[in-house]
Amino acid sequence: MIPGEFEYHAPSTVEDAVSLLDTLGDEAKVLAGGHSLVPAMRFRLAQPRHLVDINRIAGLSYVREEDGHLVIGALTRESELEHSSLVAGRYPLLADAGRVIADPLVRNRGTVGGNLAHADPANDHPAVMLAYGATLVARGPGGERVIPVDDFFVGLFESALKPNELLVEIRIPSPGAGSGGAYRKLERKVGDYAISAAAVQLTMDGSMCTAARIALTNVSPVPMRANAAEAEILGEEPTEDAIEAAGRAAAAECDPSADLRGSEEYKRDITRVLVKRAIRAAVTRAQGGA
Amino acid sequence: MSHLESSVQSLHPAPEGASKQMETTDQIRITTPEKVCGMGHRMKRKEDPRFIRGQGHYVDDVKLPGMLYMDIVRSPYAHAKILNIDASEALATPGVLAVITGKDLKDAGNLHWMPTLMSDTQMVLPIDKVVYFAQEVCAVVATERYIAADAIEKVNVEYEPLPAVVDPFEALKDEVIVRDDKEKKTNHVWHWEAGDKEATDKVFGEAATVVKQSMHLPRIHVASIETCGMVANYDPTMGKMQLYMTTQAPHAIRTVFALVSGLPEHKIQVISPDIGGGFGGKVPVYPGYVVCAVASLVTGKPVKWIEDRSENLQADSFARDYHITAEMAADAKGKITGLRVKTLADNGAADAAANPSKFPAGMYSICTGSYDMKAAHVEVDGVYTTKPPGGVAYRCSFRVTEAVHMVERMTDILAHELGEDPADFRVKNFIKPEQFPYKSPTGWEYDSGNYDAALAKAMDIIGYRELRKEQAEKRARGELMGIGICSFTEVVGAGPSRDFDILGIKMFDSAEIRIHPTGKAIARFGTKSQGQGHETTYAQIIAEELGIPAADVEIEEGDTDTAPYGLGTYASRSTPTAGAAGAMAARKIKAKARKIAAHLLEVGEDDLEWSVDRWQVKGSPDQHKTIQDIAFAAYTNHPQGMEAGLEATDYYDPPNLTFPFGSYIAVVDVDSGTGEVKVRRFVAVDDCGNIINPLVVEGQIHGGLTQGLAPALFEEIVYDENGQNLTGTFADYLVPTAVESPKWETAHTITPSPHHPLGAKGVGESPTVGAPPAIANAVVDALWHLGVRHVDIPITPQKIWKLLRDAGVSD
Repeated sequence: MIPGEFEYHAPSTVEDAVSLLDTLGDEAKVLAGGHSLVPAMRFRLAQPRHLVDINRIAGLSYVREEDGHLVIGALTRESELEHSSLVAGRYPLLADAGRVIADPLVRNRGTVGGNLAHADPANDHPAVMLAYGATLVARGPGGERVIPVDDFFVGLFESALKPNELLVEIRIPSPGAGSGGAYRKLERKVGDYAISAAAVQLTMDGSMCTAARIALTNVSPVPMRANAAEAEILGEEPTEDAIEAAGRAAAAECDPSADLRGSEEYKRDITRVLVKRAIRAAVTRAQGGA
Repeated sequence: MSHLESSVQSLHPAPEGASKQMETTDQIRITTPEKVCGMGHRMKRKEDPRFIRGQGHYVDDVKLPGMLYMDIVRSPYAHAKILNIDASEALATPGVLAVITGKDLKDAGNLHWMPTLMSDTQMVLPIDKVVYFAQEVCAVVATERYIAADAIEKVNVEYEPLPAVVDPFEALKDEVIVRDDKEKKTNHVWHWEAGDKEATDKVFGEAATVVKQSMHLPRIHVASIETCGMVANYDPTMGKMQLYMTTQAPHAIRTVFALVSGLPEHKIQVISPDIGGGFGGKVPVYPGYVVCAVASLVTGKPVKWIEDRSENLQADSFARDYHITAEMAADAKGKITGLRVKTLADNGAADAAANPSKFPAGMYSICTGSYDMKAAHVEVDGVYTTKPPGGVAYRCSFRVTEAVHMVERMTDILAHELGEDPADFRVKNFIKPEQFPYKSPTGWEYDSGNYDAALAKAMDIIGYRELRKEQAEKRARGELMGIGICSFTEVVGAGPSRDFDILGIKMFDSAEIRIHPTGKAIARFGTKSQGQGHETTYAQIIAEELGIPAADVEIEEGDTDTAPYGLGTYASRSTPTAGAAGAMAARKIKAKARKIAAHLLEVGEDDLEWSVDRWQVKGSPDQHKTIQDIAFAAYTNHPQGMEAGLEATDYYDPPNLTFPFGSYIAVVDVDSGTGEVKVRRFVAVDDCGNIINPLVVEGQIHGGLTQGLAPALFEEIVYDENGQNLTGTFADYLVPTAVESPKWETAHTITPSPHHPLGAKGVGESPTVGAPPAIANAVVDALWHLGVRHVDIPITPQKIWKLLRDAGVSD
């Protein structure tokens, strides 16, 4: 449980951090909350030569609304999201997820940016941001780059970030009238990764669903949208039959692998159940329910 | 050993005077004022200030000048020949002083093998082959912990993999021999029986109903927060070996070290400092301890070895791993008549169980539980597999957990099969209060009990009849709710020397009390607390007996140079044995105090009577001498011809075990979509006889219930077909937290032990034993109408999901 040798850097500005990343290339890893990276280093699964600790950089931790978006600084701790009244009031999907990410101790240290930049399909924010259609803001030597979340996750533990880019901000479009969202997760115990989880964000116009984005956690090698599931309710009335069809579509299009959390068959069926429950909750919320 | 002759145990009856029925009450007995804080007071734990303030002193806190660090190279295979160990690259690393291999240990005097507590043998370090994944292969000693951790990656070990045998049923085919060092080339280690086979077969022949069920209690780990470790400090000048060690049994360890190493026993000091949880996992001697001691002997310097979490989870002794097939018989009236049990015990690569010598399956034959039946017969076979050795009694008195799980599951299955309410069925079959002391069909003599009272209280608290109505209503709506009962009988406090020993050392325990001139005291015990609260409980026992305030009594344990010899703390034995020794030593002091008081008051001893903290003249209580007066006189004004001082030692050999019991009721809700089980309510009514400190007892029960919830729903050590451990971290070995735990609702009844000097019984393990079957019974109760008869623990969402979908239930 003792990591291999590494050099430690603690820049105090984004510019310095980017400059270090530019110099050190892929021998460097960014240290934010450290709750994915440090365990991997202790098991010596990750042995980066350099750690760039961004925790001393001021101004990367905030949650506020501006220009029709909820903007979240990449260094914002999960616990800050969890306890944000803004999130609790207007962003129920994010609020649902904020309560079930890892455990309270990890949420005190873990960051929103780290949860996304690690590009782990088992993390919760990838599906949440996919469902919200968020954008991610990166800073590199050439300045700022805005990446739509649909383009962000490119492989297992692989994001669209270049080795010399730092994720600095996440922007979630503020939901309009008639919108609602929900996150439903099954885990073996608190702190465990999801066996499966479903993130749903949709808009209702009367009894019709006029917009829907559905994404899944830990049932694919790359964080994924459930496009076929979305199609079952988009432009439709989300009846129990339509919701069941969406659940079945998600179960078919996901790509889970068997492990200690369960068989492939189990994970697909649980995904069906969770997608249905998340849709029902999102519809209720979109229609003004709790 | 390896092949014990099949033996049928016979336990002797308790001594005269113990054969009486004990009354049951709800009232905790308190005979001392609060300032004395004897038995029954809710005294806050005396040890807690240092733990709460982070001032506990654990093995890893020991830092000695010039101390070296050891780390261990472990096998990546479950079964493999060792072709070569090349340590040259590691040895060339600056700061690395030595690499210790099995060959080195052999050359040092055949230290490459060691005895297990069950008189089997176990490799310390291998020479020819490894027999389990993560087995210790060799050790690196370096000047810094970090250098040692880096250097173990530089030891190049060449292996030739051999087929693993993970399943004990496969192992019995003897196609892969785990222990080819043994004369007999077989994986079958031992066969053991208890009870009367003929009488049992007869009962089954006459039965109106027989139910049969196979079940597996899987391999689990104690997962104490503190891992194992040692600081070995050999002083070559004085020839003395100090061993700071995470051990629950320091004295026994000292003797074993002396016998194995050849070092004289007076030159070995085992110090067990604060321990962060033991639960049986710190009873055995692990190879790391031995190699660490050798490393200090070789270098002449102190050497520290501390396991990391994965080493602890992967290589240290497991618990349970019993494959059970049980049958229970009943007559036409629904009265249980017999129990027939066959069991396969997966020992791993050595029988390193921590059982008393005569009991290779521990107290498993207590398996008739709380029920009166005519006959029972139990067979157990021990098997070698290519997995780490064990198994320890995880918060359990030597396999009683397995026994209780089996009998409580079988009782529930039989009740359901007969269409009877599981509570009413239990009451019908309980051993009744007037039957105590009760001789069980497998030879145990239960000291006292009142099972009806405990179950009635639990049913009353939880509102059992109303819950059954709610369940019926929910079932009509398709909702899944279950109620599960476990009415367990525990068997703790090993034990009487005629039957109980470990490696020949009898299982007495000891106390030594010294009263200082100012009336304060120090008392030392042969046990070793790992969180049980001995510093408080023992002080209260002495306060009860002598009237010296518990706050004025210092308790020490764990240093073999100062504490009296004892067998240590496990199997809920501390209060039944060392606690009793404390009371008996205090009574010796009280007797001497009487002589001193008579001398001071110038009256005859017979004219005196004891009251709380003083000897007073009968009928004239103003004429008295307090224990503090007497203590001062013992050093300043003792009678001519009497020895000065006021101290006593007692080695207590209990006449019988104690048999605490209880009734637990769990209510669960099952999610038909995901298969999740939520424990909605859990009521635990425990009876551990007279209660010394209710706060400590409740704390023990809360912790134990959570450790019972753990294997019921979460914990299991999982191996793949190659014997690789898939649950070597807390990410996959699922220890429940406060979030998963229901609100534990605890209560008690009190039925004193007739033979313990304080009427007390052990309690620490009752909840770990009683909780899993209550939860398992509740889950099966929720699903019985769907055709479900049994689910093996841990009851994971996936297992329930499969049962539900097979029954056509979905969401």
